[in-house]
Amino acid sequence: MEMMSGAAMVVRTLKDIGVKHVFGYPGGAVLDIYDALYAQKNVEHVLVRHEQAAAHMADGYARSTGKTGTVLVTSGPGATNTITGIATAFMDSIPMVVLSGQVPSKHIGEDAFQETDMVGCSRPIVKHSFLVKRAVDIPEAIAKAYYIANTGRPGPVVVDLPKDIVNVSEEHPYQFPEDVTMRSYNPTLKGHNKQIKKAVKTLLESKRPILYVGGGAITAEASDLVTELAEKLNAPVTSTLMGLGAFSSVHEQFVGMLGMHGRLEANKAMHNADCILALGARFDDRVTNNVDKFCPHANIIHVDIDPASISKIVGAHVPVVGSIDEVAKQLLKEMGKIDAKAQKEKVADWWEQITQWRSRKCLDYKKDNGLIKPQEVIESLYKHTNGDAYVSSDVGQHQMFAALYYPFAKPRRWINSGGLGTMGFGLPAAMGVQMAHPEAVSTVVTGDGSIQMNIQELATCMQYNLPIKIISLNNRALGMVRQWQDMIYKGRHSHSYMDSMPDFVKLAEAYGHIGIRVTKPEELDEAMARCFAAKDRLVFMDIEIDQNEHVYPMQIKFGAMDDMRLSKTERT
Amino acid sequence: MRRIISVLMENAPGSLSRIVGVFSQRGYNVDSLCVAPTDDKSLSRLTIVTEADDKVIEQITKQVNKLIDVLKVTDLSDGHHVERELMLVKVATRSELIRAEIKRNVDIFRAQIVDVDANNYTIQVTGTSDKLDAFAHTLSQSTEIIEASRTGVCGLSRGEKALRP
Ligand SMILES: Cc1ncc(C[n+]2csc(CCOP(=O)(O)OP(=O)(O)O)c2C)c(N)n1
Ligand SMILES: [Mg+2]
Repeated sequence: MEMMSGAAMVVRTLKDIGVKHVFGYPGGAVLDIYDALYAQKNVEHVLVRHEQAAAHMADGYARSTGKTGTVLVTSGPGATNTITGIATAFMDSIPMVVLSGQVPSKHIGEDAFQETDMVGCSRPIVKHSFLVKRAVDIPEAIAKAYYIANTGRPGPVVVDLPKDIVNVSEEHPYQFPEDVTMRSYNPTLKGHNKQIKKAVKTLLESKRPILYVGGGAITAEASDLVTELAEKLNAPVTSTLMGLGAFSSVHEQFVGMLGMHGRLEANKAMHNADCILALGARFDDRVTNNVDKFCPHANIIHVDIDPASISKIVGAHVPVVGSIDEVAKQLLKEMGKIDAKAQKEKVADWWEQITQWRSRKCLDYKKDNGLIKPQEVIESLYKHTNGDAYVSSDVGQHQMFAALYYPFAKPRRWINSGGLGTMGFGLPAAMGVQMAHPEAVSTVVTGDGSIQMNIQELATCMQYNLPIKIISLNNRALGMVRQWQDMIYKGRHSHSYMDSMPDFVKLAEAYGHIGIRVTKPEELDEAMARCFAAKDRLVFMDIEIDQNEHVYPMQIKFGAMDDMRLSKTERT
Repeated sequence: MRRIISVLMENAPGSLSRIVGVFSQRGYNVDSLCVAPTDDKSLSRLTIVTEADDKVIEQITKQVNKLIDVLKVTDLSDGHHVERELMLVKVATRSELIRAEIKRNVDIFRAQIVDVDANNYTIQVTGTSDKLDAFAHTLSQSTEIIEASRTGVCGLSRGEKALRP
């Protein structure tokens, strides 16, 4: 057996698993591991400027590829700085492995320098964690971490590595584990046959069906199967914020995103449906609005790989535990050949109704006051990227505008923090995307508030030549907060505006990038063109937009799904 | 409603804190908790008594089952089961009269005096939680309870049903 140090084992295990990129930041407890990284070329390390960004980069990398993202940080502050990033990944079920240094075993519990109980701190926001006690256990712990992170319902896994076990001066036999399966962990992939039969019967009896597609469909790489299912049933399809792109947003059966800022026709169709087929979606409170008034006419078929998600918020009539791809295959098979013409007739009235809701054109907006509208910026971005860019987003109004006005035709193109709503996620996530897809166009739609939460990563972009295109919708405000204050607090803007905005163009230039300021609607198109012409440079677009624009439609609190405001003055 | 959740899990560091975490994070209450390795030392068996309605209990069992270390979860109170709890109680023995009264109650409740000191007895009693409550109440009517310690409930299903890996 090959002999090597614990630190060498960490790096060797990563190589044997097939890890290509690690996002991290060094420090005392992991210096041995960093030394082992120095001596090899298999695993590329990306040095961030803040550990939170390392976690978001690994996250963006994972979301855009489906592969597990890897983070390496030191003990204490290095580890705690990743917490927001881990929580972000946890809420959206993103596969990630965080390798954190720890003080030497004999000092654990002594409040040693840079000691924090990382396993304890992260416990509520990880899928699982390991505190490795012996060097020889390193390969198995890390291999299991990757296995757990990216099977079943994915999620982040922490591996805490005390300094003494990675010590470079001691050697131990290295053995890569043959098998990492566990008797206590067996995710169910195939749906129960009886449930599949019930689901198909319910679907075929329905006259007003709808597919409600979530992030689980992307995780399971089930886009083609979901599309086949939708087409066979001739049913409308709506998507959660997390599911955008799983079913093409330019498909004629797509009725748009649903929920708090969903499209009117999506929420209407949900509310009036007689059968909802939920595929990898979790009836989040940002979708359902008042649960007591939620979709009163629908039989709910809930397909999810996580049994705990089913009937957690809304009771399912037909629960099906399984991965979306497997279950979609089973549903298609059980349906067999169905008479397309008859099916079309069955849902004809339903489509007529939907067409009527669509004709309200809820996304129309006015361009009347000579100011740039956030919606037109996203439309321009769509045009200049041929609708085919990776769009990462921060959190706020700009996020909702991007989700509503950039129709995603493919999965894994829309990268956003849906569950936790983490400001500061966008830029590092876009960097992770760019690392994974060096040739692709990686953009980030952000706001003047969010971008300042991880702005230091502009330096990392310089170091690794990441030609991200930053589209910053500058409204000189924490716009989403301001919108709520306008609506609920009589326009009292308590701490939602920014009094000392930096000069973002100069800031971008100070980091060695290109900055472009746009202030007039007529300059937008040309400026966008310049931005995307600079293929191998990072461009920071500081776009001054109308500060008073609100995101609509918007659900009315305590109402049903389809109780919505459609503008500042109109409601359903 | 009172529920008894029984869990079979890996006897590994951190398993217990993860289970307790599910309860504290999600605001479920724990009335008692009893845990020890099984005949197979690589596994632990844990019994939790909680107060919850059907919907909450479904979530609790699903969330606990979801933990990587957990092999099996069952709600014992869902069917026929045996449950026992053990209590050690130390009582003051100030007079002959009191000693006699205590001994009589020990016999009635099939308890045992396991330690005797100049001024106190330590008594062991097993049974359902209700029985333990009743015993403690009875003792407290004739003497002072100096201290008491209870194990919390542990239980098994009756008949063929079993939690096995
Ligand atoms: C880390 C973090 N802190 C606070 C919030 C609450 N929050 C949600 S949106 C928002 C405003 C975002 O402002 P900006 O990035 O400028 O976007 P805008 O809404 O103006 O488009 C805030 C403060 C959050 N989501 N994340
Ligand atoms: Mg803003």
